Amino acid sequence: MSELREVISSGNDLSALAAADAGCRFFGGYPITPSSEVIQELSDLLPARGGVCIQMEDEIAAVAAAIGAGMAGERAMTATSGPGISLKAENLGLAQMCEVPLVVVNVMRGGPSTGLPTRVSQGDVRQAKNPSHGDYRSITLCAGTLSECYTETLRAFNLADRFMQPVFVLLDETIGHMHGKAMIPTAEAAEAGIVPRKSFDGAPEDYHPYECEADQPAVLNKMFTGYRYHFTGLHHDKNGFPTEEIETCRKLIQRLEDKVMMHTDELESNEEFMLDDMTGEEGEVLIIAYGSVALSAKESIRHLRAAGIKAGLFRPITLWPAPAASIKKYTDMIKNVLCVELNIRQYTEEVERVSSRLDIEGLYKVNGRPISPHEIVNKVKEVF
Amino acid sequence: MAFNYDKYLRLEKMPTLWCWGCGDGVILKAFVRAVDKLGINQDDICVVSGIGCSGRFSSYVDFNTVHTTHGRTVAFATGIKLMHPDKIVVCVAGDGDALAIGGNHTIHGARRNIDMTLIIINNFIYGLTNSQTSPTTPQGMWSVTQKAGNIDPTFDACALGIAAGASFVARETMLDPKKLEKIFVKAMEHRGFSYLDILSNCHINLGRKNKMISAMDNLNWIDSITMPKKKYDALSPEEQINILPTGILKEDTTAREYCDMYQDIIDVHQGRRKVVTQDDFVKKI
Repeated sequence: MSELREVISSGNDLSALAAADAGCRFFGGYPITPSSEVIQELSDLLPARGGVCIQMEDEIAAVAAAIGAGMAGERAMTATSGPGISLKAENLGLAQMCEVPLVVVNVMRGGPSTGLPTRVSQGDVRQAKNPSHGDYRSITLCAGTLSECYTETLRAFNLADRFMQPVFVLLDETIGHMHGKAMIPTAEAAEAGIVPRKSFDGAPEDYHPYECEADQPAVLNKMFTGYRYHFTGLHHDKNGFPTEEIETCRKLIQRLEDKVMMHTDELESNEEFMLDDMTGEEGEVLIIAYGSVALSAKESIRHLRAAGIKAGLFRPITLWPAPAASIKKYTDMIKNVLCVELNIRQYTEEVERVSSRLDIEGLYKVNGRPISPHEIVNKVKEVF
Repeated sequence: MAFNYDKYLRLEKMPTLWCWGCGDGVILKAFVRAVDKLGINQDDICVVSGIGCSGRFSSYVDFNTVHTTHGRTVAFATGIKLMHPDKIVVCVAGDGDALAIGGNHTIHGARRNIDMTLIIINNFIYGLTNSQTSPTTPQGMWSVTQKAGNIDPTFDACALGIAAGASFVARETMLDPKKLEKIFVKAMEHRGFSYLDILSNCHINLGRKNKMISAMDNLNWIDSITMPKKKYDALSPEEQINILPTGILKEDTTAREYCDMYQDIIDVHQGRRKVVTQDDFVKKI
């Protein structure tokens, strides 16, 4: 995607534009701060392209209708914030179980419960990993710049079709409502990058949507095309019909795990900022941050470097599955590690897990306000 | 010649999970005959079900089929229908499914008047989970969650459908499979939200708690509480209290269907018409 265009827009609007450019044909939504601009934009963009944007009666119906469109074989999306994800959780589990592709944008606000509706948070990172009950692997992308609100939403559509499951795009209120200039791929470049879901074109009697390699997703043909099969949230056999046969049940759930975890290389995406001159010498500082917090972290690194402290940023863009090897590479090399999050240790615990280190420092804020570069600078000077 | 169901059923899934004497099988067969009568291609119809005994309905018919979460049937079907306005979409739900946990979707599907048929298989009880009170369990009957008697006021499913705006509302019972077949034909032919309250027996779970141990006892009770609309209308209000009218209770062929209305929105955005205004609608408030 080399061709770029310059736009002045907001994170939420860019996410909506990306959906339209990615060939999204259906959006099911419900008004909720701070994500409402997404449905407002798409209510113009989708019908202009012959698609449908519908405001449903509640969050549950919004995701259900979008999954229905996905079952029909079309690219579909919903957008909400934390309380909405809580309501959508059960149906997200159905989409995981039935292997229906879907993009779910979550513009994070303060929680728990109604929390701080108009203020920023990254409190839904842990929720994104396991919104629904049972075993499956979440794929969660997190935009950290305006242009990534566009490019990560595009990527989410392709990943949803590649892995045949819901894919989260986490924005936070700061990024979602940030207005500014962004360089994004042209609509033509975005369209050229679309990789649609696989389909089976043999004889209908040879079609078994859930009979696939142990590490591969289901192949779900579009509805109404002569390949009749069954969707169910129950454990199911190769044609989608309910079963309690022991091996079939085990293989199904193991495959939901392996189809993601054996292909994390296709998912990983990170930004490494001022890490290339790190050597492991005493005094170096590794900051781990994501989303809008990374913008402050970068600014703080400039200040720290000016003050003679060699600091750099590791920013995971794909949060789940976590980029375990990449994090470990840096946490093995650099002694001073600081995680900065707008929650309490939600990703720090993952960093601790993959690094096998329990001396990770943290800077956390849960009062709905952004973290400033100076707070990070001061924290680094205080703890290291 | 006897009707051959084989073409439409997933025979390898038989026998069904439904109990001996359950009305769901009668409803399934009437539905299949209606599909055949309308000449619907099996590839051009989608059956969406929820959770409960009725939820298994979708797995037995050889169409495009979806077994969704509890109560959300109409919401899933809405996404499918809007992507394929020319296809037949049928929702099958139970009384708990459509009227309790999924009540909101039932209301708003009806309000939008989106072209689909909602078959509520109403057996007055939560059957699959063994005899808990449902929104249609009559007051004073017994369930395992209300052993001293049900005090929760009873829901009139059709009154809800009419009030919410469904353009076709009807009630039939599984006692008369011919009438059932006819109402399924009419409902699927109707362009708009067709809302069907289909009364069925659950002698196993409603019956065992309410002295209707056999299917016949349960069916006789259903017979005693229902009456064709014409006869019902001739009753005094006092006499009507404990009777559920059957037949077509509402049929409005002028109400605009949701996919058709959404096409207006597409036309606005694609420059083929001006914005939709209040003048486009007969009812303004």
